[in-house]
Amino acid sequence: MNILLIFINAMLVNNVVLSRFLGICSFLGVSKKKDAAIGMGLAVTFVMAMASTGSWLVYKFLLEPNGLDYLKTVAFILVIAALVQFVEMFIKKASPTLYEALGIYLPLISTNCAVLGIALLNVQMELSLFGSLVNSVGAALGYFLAIVLMASIREKLDRVSNIPKSFQGLPITLVTATLMAMSFLGFQGLLK
Amino acid sequence: MKLFLERMKNGLFTENPLFVQVLATCPALAVSTSMINAIGMGLSSTAVLVCSNILISMLRKFIPDKIRIPSYIVVIAGFVSAIDMIMEAFTPDLYVSLGIYIPLIVVNCVILGRAEAYANKNGIVASMWDGLGMGLGFTLALLVLGFFRELFGAGTLFGIQIMPSFYVPANMMILAPGAFLTLSMIMAFLNYRKLKQGNSSTDIHDVTAVGVGFDNPYNVKYQNREDAE
Repeated sequence: MNILLIFINAMLVNNVVLSRFLGICSFLGVSKKKDAAIGMGLAVTFVMAMASTGSWLVYKFLLEPNGLDYLKTVAFILVIAALVQFVEMFIKKASPTLYEALGIYLPLISTNCAVLGIALLNVQMELSLFGSLVNSVGAALGYFLAIVLMASIREKLDRVSNIPKSFQGLPITLVTATLMAMSFLGFQGLLK
Repeated sequence: MKLFLERMKNGLFTENPLFVQVLATCPALAVSTSMINAIGMGLSSTAVLVCSNILISMLRKFIPDKIRIPSYIVVIAGFVSAIDMIMEAFTPDLYVSLGIYIPLIVVNCVILGRAEAYANKNGIVASMWDGLGMGLGFTLALLVLGFFRELFGAGTLFGIQIMPSFYVPANMMILAPGAFLTLSMIMAFLNYRKLKQGNSSTDIHDVTAVGVGFDNPYNVKYQNREDAE
C-alpha cells in the first residue's frame, strides 16, 4: 500500500479513538485540560513510534523465524512495558524539562490499549518496517488530534453551557464523542 | 455460598465494571455491535478473569511487591493467548468478527484491576467468585449495550428479526457514533435515577472529579512511582 494512503488511513479514516475504540480510557480521563491533553498526545506519539518499531523487530527476527507466532501478544506487551520504563528513565536523565512535561503520562501508556493494538495491527496488515512506522505515527497523530479537540471542546463546555444535571461529567463527554465520531465518519469518503 | 452470592451481586450491580467503575470502555464500545459479539467477548473476558484471579491468588505470597504489575500482565497475557487459540479452533466465525479485540483483552483494565484490588489480598475461592462476578457483570453490561445497538441498528436480536418490516434500521447505531451515544444515554439514565433517589451530586458519574487517576490500575501505578522515589 502507498505510504501516504497508510498515513491518512491511520490518522483520519480509521481514527484510533473514534472509529477503532482504542485508548478510550485516557481519551475520557485526560481530556479535561488542554495542556494535559497535549502532553498525553505527545507521550503517546513518542511511545507508539518506538513500540511499533520494537515489536516489529521482535516479531520479524525472533518470533516468525522460530515459529513462535502465538507468543506475539505476550512478547509485545513485554516489549511495550519495558520500553516505557526505559524511555522514562532515559528522559529523566537526559532532559528534565521534557520529563516534567511528559513524565506523569508515561506510566499511563503501558496499559493504553492503543499502543498494543497498533503493534498487533502492523503485524496483521503485514507492513514493512517503514510502513509500520508510518502507520503508528499516523495513528498516534490521530489520537493527538482527537484528544486535543476533545479537551478544547470540554474547556468551553464547562465554562459557558448549562448542562442538565444528569448529563454532567461523563455522559456529556460521551455525547461530544458521538458528534466527533460522526464527523470523522465523513473522512470515510477519502479512501476507496 | 454466602460469599458466592455477595461477590455475584457486587460484580453484577454494586461495582459493575462498566456502568459503575467505568473500566474497560474500549472493548465494550468496540464489540457491542451485536448480541452474539457481546456474549462472545463477555464470556472470553470472564474466562480470562477467573483463571487469572485464581492463579494470581495462588501466587500472591510468592510475587515480590515491586514487580507485581509486570507479573500480573504476564499471567494475564498467557491466558489470553490460550483463549485466542481456543476461539480460533472452535468458534472461527466469532474469532473473525472480534478480530484484534481478543488479544487486546490483555490490556482490559478490569482484569488487571481485579488482580490488584482483590486477588492479591484474598484466598483462592473468594478470588474465583470475584472473577466470575466481575466477568458476568461485564458480560451483562455488554449485553445491555449490544441489545440497544443491534435492535436499533439492524432491527434484529441474535440475528432474528424483531422490529416490524417497515422499520428502517439506523445504520449509525452499528457504527462508531452509536456506541458512544448508547453508553452516554445509559450513563445519563443511571445518573438521573441516582439524583432522583436524592443522592448528593458528588456521587454521579464524573470522570473529571477524579482526573487522571480515575482508572484503578493507573492509580496503582502512580502510588508505586511515589513509593519508589
